Amino acid sequence: MITVDAVTKTYGTFTAVDDVTFTALPGRVTGFLGPNGAGKSTTLRVLVGLTPPDRGSAQVLGRRFKDLPNPGREVGVLLDASAQHAGRTGREVLTIAQRTMALPSARVDDVIDTVALTEDEAGRRLRDYSLGMRQRLGLAHALLGDPEVLILDEPANGLDPAGIRWMRDLLRGYADRGATVLLSSHLLHEIEVVADDLVVIGHGRVVAAGTKADLLAGAGTHAATRSPAALSGALTASEVTHQLVETAGTSGVDHPVVLRVDTDPETVGQVAAAAGIALTELRSADGAGLEEMFLALTADTQRDRHPTTEAAAAAETPSLQGAVA
Amino acid sequence: MSTHTAPMAVTSRSALPSRTALLPVPVVRLVGVELRKSFDTRSGMWLLASLGLAAVLTTGAIIAWSPAEQLTYSQFTLAIGVPMTIILPIIAVLSVTSEWSQRSGLATFTLVPHRGKVLTAKAVAAVLVTVPATVAAFSVGALGTLAGATLAGIDPVWDQGWADVGYFALGQTLLLLTGFALGALIRNSSGAIVAYMLYGFVAPGLLAFLALNQEWFADARPWVDAKYNQDAILRGALTGDGWSHLAVTSLVWLVVPMVVAVVNVLRSEVK
Repeated sequence: MITVDAVTKTYGTFTAVDDVTFTALPGRVTGFLGPNGAGKSTTLRVLVGLTPPDRGSAQVLGRRFKDLPNPGREVGVLLDASAQHAGRTGREVLTIAQRTMALPSARVDDVIDTVALTEDEAGRRLRDYSLGMRQRLGLAHALLGDPEVLILDEPANGLDPAGIRWMRDLLRGYADRGATVLLSSHLLHEIEVVADDLVVIGHGRVVAAGTKADLLAGAGTHAATRSPAALSGALTASEVTHQLVETAGTSGVDHPVVLRVDTDPETVGQVAAAAGIALTELRSADGAGLEEMFLALTADTQRDRHPTTEAAAAAETPSLQGAVA
Repeated sequence: MSTHTAPMAVTSRSALPSRTALLPVPVVRLVGVELRKSFDTRSGMWLLASLGLAAVLTTGAIIAWSPAEQLTYSQFTLAIGVPMTIILPIIAVLSVTSEWSQRSGLATFTLVPHRGKVLTAKAVAAVLVTVPATVAAFSVGALGTLAGATLAGIDPVWDQGWADVGYFALGQTLLLLTGFALGALIRNSSGAIVAYMLYGFVAPGLLAFLALNQEWFADARPWVDAKYNQDAILRGALTGDGWSHLAVTSLVWLVVPMVVAVVNVLRSEVK
């Protein structure tokens, strides 16, 4: 259980974290999502007591982090996998933590095994580690005390696809055993697959929070047809709100036009069938829905705007990038 | 690295001591951890080895080049002490600054979110290193005295007592703590080492030059120059007012910076 309550942190005139409040529950993986510089890392540093907040408070397992007697045994933290002495071996980094927490020394071998570092890799110095190996070591460091809360900042950075899959399974397993898992990422797909709950942050503010299912349900349905005007009319008659995704060539004669409909696919299918309109495509926006939501919610905080997003934003119609011909 | 997609090894919680009885991390345990951290890297090992190496080389140089009448025990121990006044403070500096320069502080201060505790453990660990250093200085010095006397065909001169061992250890400790305070104040390895070198080797020369040319400063110097008094205690040459001088200069140049540094570390952000 993690509780962040109205945390604000400013640097001079820059507000890195602005009144951020959220909860991460046991047994669930909570994804902390936001573009670069949105305030994710600062929030996590406040959470573990490395950064003093200007206002607000944060609690882990019902206590302030600094009030935990032996924090490593209750909370596994990975903030930056590269933040270790470059001259130490991976095994030595773990041994130091094992001694600090007063764990049996065999535990070091356990976690090295868990994160699938080889004996040879564990004996290498960190300056010779790849980013992926550092992430595995950082994860081993976080898992060492067998904690019931995991706080991980961008843990999938530098992992290969198999490594990401492996990490996802590992975090899922931890949550299924009742652990609270909070992981941050700016990579949407990585979080979409593993998270149960989402907290989306942009410009230091929480812009959306809730279960993944709820947030995705809001993403609606995508329906494509060569008769967009007829479908639009039928939907309006059924009092279903919808938007035209494509702004150019709306006649639909040359190629199908996509409508974003704020309801489930079945309803759209029935409306279309009743009106005798042929759909060329009908699907829930789930697949890329989070990305759309993420881009839409953080459009004004994104550094780099995607051309279609920008065009769509100008027309005030959220677009599914790449889905339109 | 091998790609590994096997199901995760779910480690049994029963293998670990019960979590219900978690006790605060004791400082004594952290002292052990910090001692280990000072010497578990190549640079740390070299610093430790260089303590012994410098002692042996200095001893060899004295035997080779000093006139026979100067081959006394104190000549050996004091000369061996000079490289130690560089190496020991560097060990102390790095034990603090590496947490920032190498960013290992992120892990250190999340495992122990009480920075005062960590700093205390680091200071105790650094001071403990003066014990083997002192033992090395006096035992290598004794061997040097014997060897030097034998080679020169004279009787060895044992002009050092137990009190001198204490003075030596205290002098080294004060210099090491100065390095520690500068490390905690500057929190950057090269910056803190340069600051210590200025304190220990540049400033004393300039102040000596000033004292030579300005009579008023020659009188005031013992009340101002911390290193001057610390060198005196290393030689066991502090008498009467000397202790007052040492107390005053240590308060100004060691205790005050240390307090400022600790307050800063406690309040600062670890990134």
